[in-house]
Amino acid sequence: MDQGTLQGIGTILTMIAFLGICWWAYSGRKKKDFDEASQLPFADEQNEREDSQTKDNER
Amino acid sequence: MSSNVTTAGDQPVYNTKVVKQFAIMTVVWGIVGMLVGVIIAAELVWPDINFNLPWFHFGRLRPLHTNAVIFAFGGCALFTSVYHVVQRTCQTTLFGGPLAAFTFWGWQAIIVAAAITLPLGMTSSKEYAELEWPIDIAITVVWVAFAVVFFGTIMKRTTKHIYVANWFFGAFILTIAVLHLGNSAAIPVTATKSYSAYAGTIDAMVQWWYGHNAVGFFLTAGFLGMMYYFVPKQAGRPVYSYRLSIVHFWALIAVYIWAGPHHLMYSALPDWAQSLGMVMSLILLAPSWGGMINGMMTLSGAWHKLRNDPTLRFLVVSLSFYGMSTFEGPMMSIKTVNALSHNTDWTIGHVHSGALGWVAMVSIGMLYNLIPVLYKRNRMYSISLINLHFWMSTIGTVLYIASMWVNGIAQGLMWRALNTDGTLTYSFAEAIEASYPGYYVRLLGGVIFLGGMLIMAYNVWRTIRGDEQEQEDVAAQVQTA
Repeated sequence: MDQGTLQGIGTILTMIAFLGICWWAYSGRKKKDFDEASQLPFADEQNEREDSQTKDNER
Repeated sequence: MSSNVTTAGDQPVYNTKVVKQFAIMTVVWGIVGMLVGVIIAAELVWPDINFNLPWFHFGRLRPLHTNAVIFAFGGCALFTSVYHVVQRTCQTTLFGGPLAAFTFWGWQAIIVAAAITLPLGMTSSKEYAELEWPIDIAITVVWVAFAVVFFGTIMKRTTKHIYVANWFFGAFILTIAVLHLGNSAAIPVTATKSYSAYAGTIDAMVQWWYGHNAVGFFLTAGFLGMMYYFVPKQAGRPVYSYRLSIVHFWALIAVYIWAGPHHLMYSALPDWAQSLGMVMSLILLAPSWGGMINGMMTLSGAWHKLRNDPTLRFLVVSLSFYGMSTFEGPMMSIKTVNALSHNTDWTIGHVHSGALGWVAMVSIGMLYNLIPVLYKRNRMYSISLINLHFWMSTIGTVLYIASMWVNGIAQGLMWRALNTDGTLTYSFAEAIEASYPGYYVRLLGGVIFLGGMLIMAYNVWRTIRGDEQEQEDVAAQVQTA
């Protein structure tokens, strides 16, 4: 096998890996997980809100 | 909340102390590093102001400037956001107890060691890795502790998912460890002198494998993690497309690692390696812009927020500069363009459109978001001072990069100009003379940018003191966590 063939195989494998990632990321199966994950920056606010609500209730 | 036990619905006790420490030092080292930058910019305008002091010479202060802004300012900004974001998005406190404090004091000690050794002329002469071997070992120890704290925190998270910002942070921590170990391999001769383990062209290639991936993983992946948390946070809405962020992550880290050879165009490096570096740099445009668009589009439907929120403006304009410099970079990697731009001020301009426009501005936006959160204030002391800082940063950056474009293209054209008999049209000194107007403008841009940093320091200080310019009652909002 010469270098050119090796490079060709490398290119195809990389392409398959990239398309695989795209397919995985955009498959409907993962949508719910991703929607949940995208809310994580606000996880601390939710807790703070609950905290202040319980404090309000206690008052 | 007083106990350390986290139950559902309760807020975990965060380690805010180390985040506060790093945040404050980000401001301090930002000012110090940029001040050194202003000094060396002035030395290029007035070479005599080094007063013949060896330790005040451009050649010694320049690595001090780069190390201070990248690893002291940028490094502290990254530690700040990594420690803050990983705790908040994993809903747990930092792993490893005193290890986090160790990374703070260790990192500060390394910065101080750099500030002493570099002006004394102790250097391994590897760009962005000038520090000598004992300091390199200290960096390794602190970095391993950093990795333990970060990945330990990820492992004990109470949330189901690992937020995308943490993916970028993880890639940044892991890759920087590999790069540092690979590139810093050296044979010590004395306590303050070592020689690289590599020779000739291989040394150059290892150096730029390190150098470009320091850009790719320290100054890009790390700060993209920052962007993926603070842009949604400041905009009050989740990132535009979480799916795109995943494709962005894998594509960026897979491609960046191959782009190093574009620093060695027309060198002794084999042609195929130069071409590979060029092609990979061109491909890199796609994931870079994917990330930029993802950040920008997070504001889609909420563009009006930019009108009265200068912090958000910092974050969004940093993304614009990121998009601009990640377009410019691939373009400069094209061999024929590189033939003009290489070794000219254009390169310096390109670096600073990334460093001032992207890295510094996204860090500043991060600080303006974070300082009130950390110190439990309503908001920063003065919004109008943030606005002033925003305009000073933007104008300073634009002056800097525009003057270096003009200089770089002028230098490139003058160096290659030939007379009909094949002799050079211009001497090197003539190209330097032609660069002087640009040197003045660059100094002016740098002074303006530094001035903005001083305003931020004042604003941060007043915020921490608990002052608030013309605003209603703070106490109602203050919560005890």
